[in-house]
Amino acid sequence: MATLAPTTPWTAGAKDDYRVCNVTTLKVDMHTERLIIANAVMAVVTLVLGGLFALLIALTRWQAIHLLDATWFYRLLTLHGIDMLVAWIVFFEMAGLHFGSTALLNARHAAPKLAWFGWILMTIGGLMVNGVVLFDAKSIVMFSAYVPLKAHPLFYLSYILFAVGALIQVITFFINIVVAKREGKVPGSLPLAVFGLMTAAILAVYTLLEGAAAVVPAFFWSLGWMQNYDPGIYRNFFWGFGHPAQQVNLAAMVSIWYMLAQMTVGIRPVNEKFSRLAFILYLFFINLGSAHHLLVDPGLSFAWKAVNTSYAMYLAVLGSMMHAFSIPAAMEIALRAKGFTKGLFGWLRNAPWGEPGFSGMVMSMILFGWVGGVTGVTIGTEQINMLAHNTLRLPGHFHATVVGGTTTAFMAFTYYVIPLIFRKELKLKSWAKWQPYVYGFGSLLVSLGMITSGLQGVSRRNWDITFAGVVPGTVDLTLAIFGIGALIAVTGGIMYVTIVLVSILTGPRVEPTQMLLLTGTHNPLLESTKLTDRDMELPKNQPKGTLVLVFAFLAWFAIYYLTNWWLLGRTWFIR
Amino acid sequence: MLAPERIWWKPLGRLEKTWLTVAFVWCIFLTLMMPLWYFMGKQNVPTETYKISGADFSAKVNAFVDQYKVGEETLNGVTFPVVAPPAGSDVYLRASAWQWYPILQLEVGKTYRLHLSSMDLQHGFSLQPVNINLQVLPGYDYVATIVPTSTGDFTVVCNEFCSLGHHTMVGKIIVK
Repeated sequence: MATLAPTTPWTAGAKDDYRVCNVTTLKVDMHTERLIIANAVMAVVTLVLGGLFALLIALTRWQAIHLLDATWFYRLLTLHGIDMLVAWIVFFEMAGLHFGSTALLNARHAAPKLAWFGWILMTIGGLMVNGVVLFDAKSIVMFSAYVPLKAHPLFYLSYILFAVGALIQVITFFINIVVAKREGKVPGSLPLAVFGLMTAAILAVYTLLEGAAAVVPAFFWSLGWMQNYDPGIYRNFFWGFGHPAQQVNLAAMVSIWYMLAQMTVGIRPVNEKFSRLAFILYLFFINLGSAHHLLVDPGLSFAWKAVNTSYAMYLAVLGSMMHAFSIPAAMEIALRAKGFTKGLFGWLRNAPWGEPGFSGMVMSMILFGWVGGVTGVTIGTEQINMLAHNTLRLPGHFHATVVGGTTTAFMAFTYYVIPLIFRKELKLKSWAKWQPYVYGFGSLLVSLGMITSGLQGVSRRNWDITFAGVVPGTVDLTLAIFGIGALIAVTGGIMYVTIVLVSILTGPRVEPTQMLLLTGTHNPLLESTKLTDRDMELPKNQPKGTLVLVFAFLAWFAIYYLTNWWLLGRTWFIR
Repeated sequence: MLAPERIWWKPLGRLEKTWLTVAFVWCIFLTLMMPLWYFMGKQNVPTETYKISGADFSAKVNAFVDQYKVGEETLNGVTFPVVAPPAGSDVYLRASAWQWYPILQLEVGKTYRLHLSSMDLQHGFSLQPVNINLQVLPGYDYVATIVPTSTGDFTVVCNEFCSLGHHTMVGKIIVK
């Protein structure tokens, strides 16, 4: 049975600077606390920027409104991609890595100065790129900045500063783990959530090195030090950064799912081996998915594309399907063990739906898996990609994964960071109760609107599709769904930022006293340690409801996937 | 969030085994669909590619237009030659910011070798409403062997961002 570690000083007689958390009994290094706060603040700052741009570009693509002119549309679309896909997410992940490598292990932060240096580089890079794109029209090149479209050298320099800063902060994660191990803080294996964060950190190293391989030559090329830069090579390296960056999110998000499930329902992982193997599958196979962006590129063979796009044999997809079972199953067992054993779904009816950590996690899982995952695997199929490449189906897919999935989970997690790390009382609690639903529903409409528009051939990154003159009338409807969804999601985003700001900026510092925010005073984290092997194995506690849910998921997956082959079979012959 | 018990390498439960098996079989099915369609399907991603300079490709486009030009047509205020190549021949479509050159006139049910390349930036060949999408890069001659299976006027949209006039880059293929 898992136990909470006893509280003993880190080093006898040393000037330890830490506090002990009342709720988790974990020790929190004050360096860690300040680093988490700094990264979280930058995450929210870039989220606000990206969200403002999201609103404006969505109101432009909503053809009936068509708000911005072409230049401003492309400018803000460039920044929206960078601020959201890179800055917000990576800053938040850095906060998560500092948390996972110290507080969760009861260990100290071993390299705070290095981490601060990384944070400073990331902050300079993140803010500088916004300035460059806002004031230099030549640097309107989209997030992907495809060579030979040439931006200002400072644009590439911002990317490099941000990536190097991130790499440095990731390295401090590894330093912390090694030091914690050496100082005897980790007697056995790492906790599952830290194991997942370790997966994310390893993926991040690979990702950031690939980013350097793409952007450093682009920087030299923009300065005129290098004459030719092959666009195919650039695409290969860029997507070795661009797509894996989202796989880092995936591993971090799944870790956060496990944490939220433990914090709100008190789960004990059903089988540590099963969950860890799923992370290992990510580690080895998921970055092959970079090839998803090159499926209809010239110069690459069928075999190369098929092997890479399938993550060797859909082994990374298998990893996600394993988590999709193991997390709900663990929740089902924990809830059944509390006596909610009626029928297949009695446990689900009695789940804490009013707790933002729970509802946010569930919204995140549904949007990530049922919408993002299914559509991603489908359009990432070599031949089917011809129907989808650069249409709105692509942003439709990754708004389900990165917005509906990752961002919803990160937002839900923030509500617990505020009392536990910022040590401020969470304000506007009734807003926090509804925020995951509002944001999740908005994201769902955004994705559905984009996917259905893309199915009709509407291209992404396009200011005005009416020039194409081929748009069927139903596109107006689907783009309106996208626009309305964006308004709802932005409302959810404003709720989130307001809750965070009001909580942090008003009210005195208070020591946290309880884990749950809205649904009771009990501490699920402590309860999870009391789940015995017998509780886990009792026949009435078995996760039968979850098995039904995952089979329903598989049925939907199969229907969507096979429908796309049917669609492909109806188009022109091509080889 | 908490450290696991010391020995956590334990056999999987019955439900976990069931799901793992089913999911793995599904993954194998997903994997097999691609080679299966590669050998049996009529719609596959073209792979034939040559390196070519912009000047050489442009020369080929011009020779092609001179040889098979059948008329002219105005698109968004610019006059383009309409070119009707014979079935089975090499057909050229040149991408540059912000036009597709020339307008092609093809016959339904006939095979053509469509050469795509860019003179400047990256572009996206997006044939609508057929909805076939291919990436077009400068320096690469990408050859797609196509058979139009429907008649009418089709639009070639550029769906890769190619600087500020990107959305105006629209071409045309006529199938008779």
